[in-house]
Amino acid sequence: MELNQELEAVPQALSGHGVEESALVTILGKWDPLEREAFRKKTPNLFIEDKERHFQRWDDHYARLLKHEFVRFKNTVMLWSMHPWERDARLVKEAIKKGKASYGVLVEIACTRSSEELLGARKAYHSLFDHSIEEDVASHIHGIERKFLVALVSAYRYEGAKIKNEHAKSEAKIIFDVIKNAHKKPINEDDEVIRILATRSKPHLKALYNHYKDISGKNLDEDLDDIRFKEAVQCLCTPQIYFCKVLDSALKIDVDKNTKKALGRVIVTRADIDIKEIMADYNNLYGVTLPHKIQDIAKGNYKDFLLNLIARGSN
Amino acid sequence: MRAESECHRELKEGRKERSALLIPETMSTLRIPQPVPPVADDCEQLRKAFAGWGTNEDLIISILGHRNAAQRKLIRETYFETYGEDLLKALDKELSNDFERLVLLWTLDPAERDAFLANEATKRWTSSNQVLMEIACTRSSDQLLFARKAYHARYKKSLEEDVAHHTTGEFRKLLLPLVSSYRYEGDEVNLTLAKTEAKVLHEKISKKAYSDDELIRILATRSKPQINATLNHYKDEFGKDINKDLKADPKDEFLALLRSTVKCLVRSERYFEKAARLAINKRGTDEGALTRVVATRAEIDLKIIADEYQRRSSVPLDKAVAKDTTGDYEKMLLAILGHDDV
Repeated sequence: MELNQELEAVPQALSGHGVEESALVTILGKWDPLEREAFRKKTPNLFIEDKERHFQRWDDHYARLLKHEFVRFKNTVMLWSMHPWERDARLVKEAIKKGKASYGVLVEIACTRSSEELLGARKAYHSLFDHSIEEDVASHIHGIERKFLVALVSAYRYEGAKIKNEHAKSEAKIIFDVIKNAHKKPINEDDEVIRILATRSKPHLKALYNHYKDISGKNLDEDLDDIRFKEAVQCLCTPQIYFCKVLDSALKIDVDKNTKKALGRVIVTRADIDIKEIMADYNNLYGVTLPHKIQDIAKGNYKDFLLNLIARGSN
Repeated sequence: MRAESECHRELKEGRKERSALLIPETMSTLRIPQPVPPVADDCEQLRKAFAGWGTNEDLIISILGHRNAAQRKLIRETYFETYGEDLLKALDKELSNDFERLVLLWTLDPAERDAFLANEATKRWTSSNQVLMEIACTRSSDQLLFARKAYHARYKKSLEEDVAHHTTGEFRKLLLPLVSSYRYEGDEVNLTLAKTEAKVLHEKISKKAYSDDELIRILATRSKPQINATLNHYKDEFGKDINKDLKADPKDEFLALLRSTVKCLVRSERYFEKAARLAINKRGTDEGALTRVVATRAEIDLKIIADEYQRRSSVPLDKAVAKDTTGDYEKMLLAILGHDDV
């Protein structure tokens, strides 16, 4: 490889999700001081030229970001090896601590897990943190979304297929009316909607989703303005589509670190459940396969690990 | 928030009676013959007793009234294997008879029993916010969970969705989180948090904001030892028991429910003692309540409740029951109370 190519390869190895360990080892690892200086001078987004003192230093911001990229593989390995209950409990704890931007993770876990899986997470949470999930969610979240989030994490939904169609229909109408009047009374304050979304079984809600479409002409999640309600409906009624959207947002180069984490989270948590269906939907929605996209955006061990998880999951 | 994790934790001592899990078997009132007769014999006897329904209640009482939950479960299973039908088939209908109802509740396993009582409590003619609260607050986290599982199996719905559907307003606001809770069961208590939350409770109560989100959050999500510490601090700081402050309007049903909730969470044996006492003293006796207290607590802490009853009324519970009830119903109650001298 020519030096010019190498000078492109190393920054490439350091951008994206994860790092390209092999390139760093074979290329960066063999450069002499002059080559490394050329590297520093030619990558202004990584290094800042101190013109006064004649040297180049790491850009602090980028250096901080890089820390996360190096550790991304380790975090994914840890998450993968954990018992699913511990995994979900830790994800919940992190989401509570991180604040509003991460509440989507709470909705995701509360709504896409089966009743037994969510229960397991609640047990693990007791063990890990000496508190119950609902008490931590309730005491750390103070905005209007609190009521809804507490209700979601406390659910122990019936999992059978039996539903009462008349109820699903009438409840679709109730929600339709509340949405119509949302300008007068915000949906987060409507106890009926919270009750329906937080306690009804998933088959019931799927039937409700269909009835809603008949009444309104649009999908329920499209008509909902509040982001948590929207996410909840997507997770409860069309979870694989929801995961596709999350993956798509995550599989971009310049995204914030929380969004980036979603890639690892979704793949690790769904590899044993429904990654096959998610991949099929992803292909239909975006015209490109998930492994292909991961190849483009992720790097090194992190990339290989994710691809492996998908490959085994889809066998 | 960070302060919470740095704050002192304190192990509760002498709180054994608080957690049902720690209650030793000696708190049960049941008397079981030693050695226990083989389950096949029990089944055969019960078959005879149930076959001529109305003729041999004594046999039913002498067997079922003297077997613990594990033994009753084994009897039910063996009965089904042997005769192809559920032992309780004869009973699982419109129960007009107190004795039949007691036998049914007694023979169901605890989780099914709670599910049955909860379901009844959501139906129009038998609705009872009190029973829902009682089940949600006096069971351990795992017992409540098993009840919720049993509810799925028996009624093909979740308990929460029925409670949500059949209650409204402030009652729903309180009951729904209560039945959905899965409280942490450890002894650790955060005293700083207890102080803060005692203040919150006092503030809300002073403003008569009895169904305030924060008030309900504390009662519905904190662990029982934590709530206990909070209420102790409430008394220390504000001079009165929280339930005294919740008596502003004696006719207010929601306040009554709140007071009972508090009692169930930190002093359940007193709650049950009072429930039993009111049931017995009521003109004609409230058999529903008496049956429920005896059947659900016999193997948990009925002995403590009976002691409390005697302390409070100067009459032993079994004597009061014998005086106020009759027939097979009385005999079955006394058997479960361990006082039929079989």
